Amino acid sequence: MNRPIVDARGLHKHFGSLHVLKGVDLTVAERELVFVIGPSGSGKSTLLRCLNRLEEPSSGSVVVDGIDMLDPRTDINHARQRIGMVFQSFNLYPHMTALGNVTLALRKVAGKSRAQAEALGRAALERVGLADRAGDTPGQLSGGQQQRVAIARSIALEPRVMLFDEPTSALDPELVGSVLEVMRSLRESGMTMIVVSHEMGFARNAADRVVFMDEGAIVEAGPPAAIFESPAHERTRTFIGQIQRH
Amino acid sequence: MRGDWARFTDTFLNAKVMHKYLPDILSGVVVTIELAFLIVVTGIAAGLALALLRSLAIRPLNWLIVVIVDLFRSLPPLVVIVLIYFGLPSVGLSPSGFVSTWLSLAFVLMAFSEEIFWAGITSVDRGQWEAARSTGLSFGQTLMSVVLPQAFRLTIPPLTNRTIAITKGTALGTVVAVTEILGQASSAMSNSYNPSPLIMGAAAYLVLFFPVVVAARWVETKFAWKR
Repeated sequence: MNRPIVDARGLHKHFGSLHVLKGVDLTVAERELVFVIGPSGSGKSTLLRCLNRLEEPSSGSVVVDGIDMLDPRTDINHARQRIGMVFQSFNLYPHMTALGNVTLALRKVAGKSRAQAEALGRAALERVGLADRAGDTPGQLSGGQQQRVAIARSIALEPRVMLFDEPTSALDPELVGSVLEVMRSLRESGMTMIVVSHEMGFARNAADRVVFMDEGAIVEAGPPAAIFESPAHERTRTFIGQIQRH
Repeated sequence: MRGDWARFTDTFLNAKVMHKYLPDILSGVVVTIELAFLIVVTGIAAGLALALLRSLAIRPLNWLIVVIVDLFRSLPPLVVIVLIYFGLPSVGLSPSGFVSTWLSLAFVLMAFSEEIFWAGITSVDRGQWEAARSTGLSFGQTLMSVVLPQAFRLTIPPLTNRTIAITKGTALGTVVAVTEILGQASSAMSNSYNPSPLIMGAAAYLVLFFPVVVAARWVETKFAWKR
């Protein structure tokens, strides 16, 4: 196994009286694609959001690419550039063009000049197949195109790992394929990815490891074939049975 | 019939009186414009500053902001003017009528515009903050580049309305001897025993504010949010 890019240990998260993460350990190696599945409310999204500290873990440790994310001395804004994140609801900036969305952090955080940022931004849009839509605003793009711009916004910063929080859940079925296609090509380029999603077909084909979470803890993890065909736990079996019936 | 009309024009549209007091009314217009300009600039700037401070989510500070804002939203502007003009001398400060009116209306505009800006900021989806922060933008950069541009579009219609309403309150300055339009018009009326200057004053307000109202309507349609 390559050296870990993400090393999270003993993560706990409380929201008031709600105990959402109950001691989660997750280690992800370089170039690995890890799929996180589980029923709604199992803590998958919270786990993802703790990794880039959009959510402050109540306790535990998170090290990403050698940087201690929870150390108060860590420059969190600098560290976050190495961790791309894609959201269920795209969250593109509606007052900017696609290119504006992709170049904002390049200019403001990575310190690129406008010309440099635009060159990198266009290259990122090219990678998601939207070079010709650089001047469009999010309102002029379909959901699938918006999500691909959101992916371009992240990869333009050349992150070491990408987090996907249900990237296709808000999309019409016919638009899902284009987003998965982009994710597959990212995977082929060697990107380390952690994906929270119910796209089981994609998980089977592309994932190195599937992690099943329930009630704030990891129940089991393993290669997709093992988790899908012969899960060790009853809860995993029940969940997989439920989603495959749909 | 003819005589009635003559008496009407003699009373309300008396050319001689109007001619005599036109310079006074015009100097009142200048004072009103100065006052209005100062109120709009300082009031809106202070309101925006308070809204930005409030977005830092420092609890005791936010309570203080809410108390100040609610105070100035509750008090009638005239009461604030009178309190500053007649109240501050007792603590050794003697602001002029002009300064009292400016400060009072600026505080009132600050209070209302803070609420309008705050509503705009909070109406921007949380996902916008999260997306920007996840790419490494700081809190301040996210506020300036992502949140405020979206918030401003939502604030423009209520802000222009409120600004016009409060700026018209400059006429209240006449109570504390500010020589703005209404003040000039009413002293001209008492000197000439003729209400024609009041008509001129009203006309001056129209000339001044009507274009502003029309411009506000234009700005509102121009900034209508297209998603």
